[in-house]
Amino acid sequence: MPASRFPVWIAAAAVAAGCLFTGCSSETVRAASVKPDKERKEAPDFALKDADGKLVHLSDYRGKVLLLDFWATWCGPCKVEIPWFMDMQRKNKDRGFDVLGVSMDDEGWEVVKPFLSDLQVNYRVVIGNDTTAQLYGGVDALPTTFLIDRGGKIAAVHVGLASKKDFEDGIEQLLQAPSGGITRAALPALLGPALPGAR
Amino acid sequence: MVDKGFHVNSNTPAEDYLIPLKLVFNPGGGLIGGDVVYPKPTMEKYDFGDKPLSVFTGNFELMVKFQVAPDAPAGPGVKVGKLRYQACDNKACYPPKTIEVSVSYSVQ
Repeated sequence: MPASRFPVWIAAAAVAAGCLFTGCSSETVRAASVKPDKERKEAPDFALKDADGKLVHLSDYRGKVLLLDFWATWCGPCKVEIPWFMDMQRKNKDRGFDVLGVSMDDEGWEVVKPFLSDLQVNYRVVIGNDTTAQLYGGVDALPTTFLIDRGGKIAAVHVGLASKKDFEDGIEQLLQAPSGGITRAALPALLGPALPGAR
Repeated sequence: MVDKGFHVNSNTPAEDYLIPLKLVFNPGGGLIGGDVVYPKPTMEKYDFGDKPLSVFTGNFELMVKFQVAPDAPAGPGVKVGKLRYQACDNKACYPPKTIEVSVSYSVQ
């Protein structure tokens, strides 16, 4: 076999393995607010009820990119962001993305249900409590929004009104990331043994 | 007093969904009445709204009008009430709070 074919074969395999590991697309998005993998901490699990009385666990969303939004009906900045999140839900729900709203209204469903109906919110909302807020650092300011990766780790936190582009870029970056199963340790097995002439 | 950079909704907020500032005194005791006179609010625009909001900022005073009850006993007393408020800055809002307010008086 001609020696010139070896470098081409190895280069092709390296590119393929690299794409599997890092994710390849025509445009790779990097959001400034998204932490590197090694700095992400596990998002604490919780169980809260939705508008139908069903118990929702955060862990139900494992495998999806999740935008977790703590908000309230009396919060002006929250009302700005909610339509953005509805838009992001519409555009990305078939790509493994979801939004979960956690209302911190003391009055509960009495005020939250009419609000959701008026805005025609298209994602699930649960009523939060102090225990859940404490799991997430207290959530003193609203909105406080977490971007959670497919592995259930917190990739980004936004406290207060953030920019729509920041959210969109963060979501896109997490959606483009591999969903797991391919690690650096697996690369040598994928590439095969070193070939003559290879570097 | 509201810290710099923050505001509280006035007693007549610009939007229905906003929690108004409200001072209410408990009934009973040597004082009756308790009508509250709120200051004139300012209209301020913030990043999170298209319309200006009706707010109080910085130092402001609430005046309360009491009368001595006909059967008020002579001597000192304390009138207790509750002040509810909800504060935001330019980017975020904070949970509504209710604090106790007390007014000391003496009937002679």
